[in-house]
Amino acid sequence: MKVTVKYFASIREAIGPGSEAVETAARSCGELRDELLARGGAYAQVLARGKAVRIAKDQVMSDESATLVEGCEVAFFPPVTGG
Amino acid sequence: MRFSVSIQTADFDLSGETEALRREDTRVGAVCSFVGTVRGSADGVRSMELEHYPGMTEKAIEAMIDEARRRFDIYAARVIHRVGLLRPGEQIVLVAVTSAHRGQSFQACEFLMDYLKTQAPFWKKEETPEGARWVDARASDDAALARWGIAGGNA
Repeated sequence: MKVTVKYFASIREAIGPGSEAVETAARSCGELRDELLARGGAYAQVLARGKAVRIAKDQVMSDESATLVEGCEVAFFPPVTGG
Repeated sequence: MRFSVSIQTADFDLSGETEALRREDTRVGAVCSFVGTVRGSADGVRSMELEHYPGMTEKAIEAMIDEARRRFDIYAARVIHRVGLLRPGEQIVLVAVTSAHRGQSFQACEFLMDYLKTQAPFWKKEETPEGARWVDARASDDAALARWGIAGGNA
């Protein structure tokens, strides 16, 4: 299926583009993270297990168990620092 | 617009915002507001760049206001968060709440700030003499949210 993947803050800075269309076989946000970090390079660095990565699915705070659906938007970003 | 959220680059006017909240609502007996500003720290932060997630940030804060309305007896709430380049001394965030008596608006104001710090997608990058650095999330912010029975999962 096709999904939109977005990156923010330090993760975006490391990866480059802030958004990309991804064709994926992943069924969950966690499997998508695995696919992306398997690309190596900056992806492997910033999305590695043990790194503090937060996930939003369709603009709602989520976690790795969230199920992907065709056309959904998944975002990866570091812990937030607003206020 | 008794409950509203704005994400903007422009500055805001505290007295104008609180006046708008209580105007024409004679039930209001308490107005509580919090303004966060850019701290000029000892290590020489020259400026700060605030990034957000357009669309999600607004929705996340609207959901927080909904939760505050369930928990507290409040009449109105206004949240403004600035993004873009800010310098020490500038205003970053406003949370203002009205209620009949002070207790509910004090609590709702603090609840909204604690929630926003750990759950609203904003990121700060500081410009210092040694270069730019992303600000790390703090475990103490999660602890502040935990008081309200909500897991932060941030730091």
